[in-house]
Amino acid sequence: MARRERLTSGPGVLGRGALASVSRRGFLKAGGALVVGFGLGGGGLVSRGAAGQAAGPVAAGGPIASTWPTDRYLGKSVAPENVDAFIAIHPDGTLTVFTGKVDIGTGGRAAMRQMVAEELDVSTERITELVEGDTALTPDQGSTAGSQGMSRGGKELRLAAATARKALLALAATRLGLAVAELETVEGVVRVTADPTRRVSYGELVGDRPFGLKVDPKARLRASSDYRYIGRSVPRPDIPAKVTGRNQYVGDVKLPDLLHARVIRPDAIGATLTRVDEASVGAVPGARVVRRGSFLAVVAEREWDAVRAAGLLKAEWSGGTGLPDAGRLYEVVRSTPVVRDQVIVKKGDLSPLTGGVAGVRTLAATYEWPIQTHGSIAPSCAVADVRADRATIWTPSQSTHRYVHAFARILGLPGERVRLIYVDGAGSYGQNGYEDAACDAALLSQAVGRPVRVQWSRQDEHGWDPKGPPQLLDLRAALVDGSSGSQGAGVDVLAWETQTWLPLATQGLPNIPLLAALDAGIPQTLGRQVGQVQQNIDPPYAVRAVNAVVHWLDDTPLRPSNIRAPGKVANTFAVESFVDEICALATVDPLEFRLRHTDDPRGLEVLRRAGARMGWQPRPSPRPVDPAAQVLTGRGLAYVHYKHNENYVAIGMEVSVEPATGVIRVTRVVCAHDCGLMVNPDNVASQLEGNILQTLSRTLHEEIRFDRHRVTSVDWMTYPILRFSEVPAIEFELIQRLDEPPLGVGEAASAPVPAALGNAVFDATGVRLRMVPFRPERVKAALEAARS
Amino acid sequence: MATVTLKVNGAARAVEVSDPETPLLYVLRNDLALTGAHFGCGLAQCGACTVLLDGQAARSCVTPLSAVGSRAVTTVEGLGSPEHPDPVQAAFIAEQAAQCGYCTAGLVVAARAFLDENRAQGRKPREDDVKQALSGNLCRCGSHVRVIRAVMRAARAMAGGA
Repeated sequence: MARRERLTSGPGVLGRGALASVSRRGFLKAGGALVVGFGLGGGGLVSRGAAGQAAGPVAAGGPIASTWPTDRYLGKSVAPENVDAFIAIHPDGTLTVFTGKVDIGTGGRAAMRQMVAEELDVSTERITELVEGDTALTPDQGSTAGSQGMSRGGKELRLAAATARKALLALAATRLGLAVAELETVEGVVRVTADPTRRVSYGELVGDRPFGLKVDPKARLRASSDYRYIGRSVPRPDIPAKVTGRNQYVGDVKLPDLLHARVIRPDAIGATLTRVDEASVGAVPGARVVRRGSFLAVVAEREWDAVRAAGLLKAEWSGGTGLPDAGRLYEVVRSTPVVRDQVIVKKGDLSPLTGGVAGVRTLAATYEWPIQTHGSIAPSCAVADVRADRATIWTPSQSTHRYVHAFARILGLPGERVRLIYVDGAGSYGQNGYEDAACDAALLSQAVGRPVRVQWSRQDEHGWDPKGPPQLLDLRAALVDGSSGSQGAGVDVLAWETQTWLPLATQGLPNIPLLAALDAGIPQTLGRQVGQVQQNIDPPYAVRAVNAVVHWLDDTPLRPSNIRAPGKVANTFAVESFVDEICALATVDPLEFRLRHTDDPRGLEVLRRAGARMGWQPRPSPRPVDPAAQVLTGRGLAYVHYKHNENYVAIGMEVSVEPATGVIRVTRVVCAHDCGLMVNPDNVASQLEGNILQTLSRTLHEEIRFDRHRVTSVDWMTYPILRFSEVPAIEFELIQRLDEPPLGVGEAASAPVPAALGNAVFDATGVRLRMVPFRPERVKAALEAARS
Repeated sequence: MATVTLKVNGAARAVEVSDPETPLLYVLRNDLALTGAHFGCGLAQCGACTVLLDGQAARSCVTPLSAVGSRAVTTVEGLGSPEHPDPVQAAFIAEQAAQCGYCTAGLVVAARAFLDENRAQGRKPREDDVKQALSGNLCRCGSHVRVIRAVMRAARAMAGGA
């Protein structure tokens, strides 16, 4: 912001020459391209005429025109090094922000605006349009995954906005004949610091013309002490439309001449279609069967007719790849061929693990995490308009930029002729069936020569979306009595070992192979993608010796993908439950153990604050159990330093357990959380609530079931999730760190939930649950086994 | 094709259907451009498609057109708009009680039916009543805590405004 005094008394004749030369220097420093761009007075950023009139760089082969409201921006820059890729300022002073990151319900739409508003000196209300994930209009900022929307996507936006603000100052300096140093920006206006009545608005300065500037990677971002928008709980702009039924989702996209389709998936995974009786849908008006290899669908003018026809269609299938015996899932995992081992951590003397040393106690345990689905409330849906020379696909994909290339290969089109447009869908929490539905729609549109909307059924989604893989962890530890603490002698961990069996991700895999292309026999690079599932298998505490090994497997029963906090939910379940097993064996308080063996001050703070909020009374677990009690109550906690380098989260829980039924009720959750800078604290809380409740659901209820051919838990009765009646009170200790970078909040708080719950159940009952889900029949059986 | 006349959000609407058993959801979304009710399961298991039939919450995904008859259909759009939200919608906005929003419209409608029923009976709902009332509606993002707060807020607003 301008702080320098004005050089003259005003823009008088005498001073003008000198000021002009000063401002010209400032202007040129801001970037030569700006001079050229404005000097030519070229076409507007907004192309209202024929394609190609836009001033911005046009992608090779030309943009893909369709009938979408944002088509007016076609031809703009999407190169992530350009300011114009991110920001457009309109003549009326409103802004459009373009981002390759998408907000699939996570609140990024508010936070992105806050960050641009902060750096550009405009109110968030001026940002009237946010274009997300449209591959023809937005920069490729990577997939919206791994909780990186804020940490990466936000940083890039802030730098672009800060660069834009600097350019606006330079432009205003020229316009006003003053030096940049004499100017300041406020609420969409550049004004003279000493004479605020002299001003020029952003809209007047650039109104719809491109900046033609590179993003300055060293652009000075606003100091945290001057934040006006960042750090505030700005309401989300999407909520009024969502609660009144006006938000547009992918299923609501309407195009002229649209056909409705339903896909008939094989009766067994990998089965071949041997016969189709097209006459079987004859009773449905206008229904038509589309077949390509083993890819089978029906299309109709009216959606309900497509549903009816899909139900009536007679088809025969043979063969299939087969599935293992679900009842022996973890034996199957353990006996799957290992491609290679990867040592995550190895340090110190591991010999105490083998036992036989005087004064050293050892223990071992195995933890098991089932296959789970993303469980989106919307079954996948997509709309595609594929023509001979181009394709437009509407999808809620979290990875539109990545999947452009997949669809180009599948459709046989050049990449620049394929446009994916992000449209809202239900939350997906990783890659669910959205990309598969998009592939269905694209192939069908290509086949019938009309735009096609594909809506999956509930059974399609549960049955065929890619799944979170099963996880198996073996843990061992060797303990000695430690130095004495306030609660008597502590315990030290001499040695810790984690071994885990995980499916190996395929190196260089461009994308998860898509179902329709597989069934249609269209070549795709085959392989698996699972996310960073190996993180957090080692404890975050001071341990003298550690061996943490991943056995990478060459297969897993169902097609895998990333599912919220990939791998780390199960890994933290195992590690943090086992920590409590160590504490129980040594009869030490679990919080005190964690505090004593943590040296990271931010980790210590979340642990202390969670404990204080809970009113934690130091004592070992379990509490004395009354065998006659109808209801047992207990408390537990767990901690994670996410990926060992991101968020710090401590979660405490209070539970009650009914031995007669095995029903667990979570009565209270406390979450202490440090994600560095919270751009929007209320939205952080909202995301944490989501992480906590969804992971409670995964821990209490969720397990994909399958027979030897296909998934059998294909609706909400066979795959139950958390209901409103089970929702506990949730309390937060949110730590705001204005001077730390923002870390994502989409995942981390999921990780400690299962162990906090398991530790609380152990505290209440003395029974350790090592297999998820904690369904009542399993809990009841474990309690009965412990009594007998 | 058969013509069926429905009363939707206060207006008579004629629609042509190929099958009188077409579920109401498809007619609302595709023929009447009312896309606030969502397809979630088609099995009456999740509540994303909830609408009011004569003020009672109903699952439009399994309600055949032939069963609607002369009953008044109210969708989430009929309750209010972003500019003029009804008390339940206003409370959801105040509590920021949505994430992806896909289940939200159904929750708003279910909550409205619940609160209207309570008001008619002169009952003041407690938090546990709200939880029970909404237990047939599924939410995956985990907006439950805020939804419960919003319904309690709406209950107070409706009691005060009555």
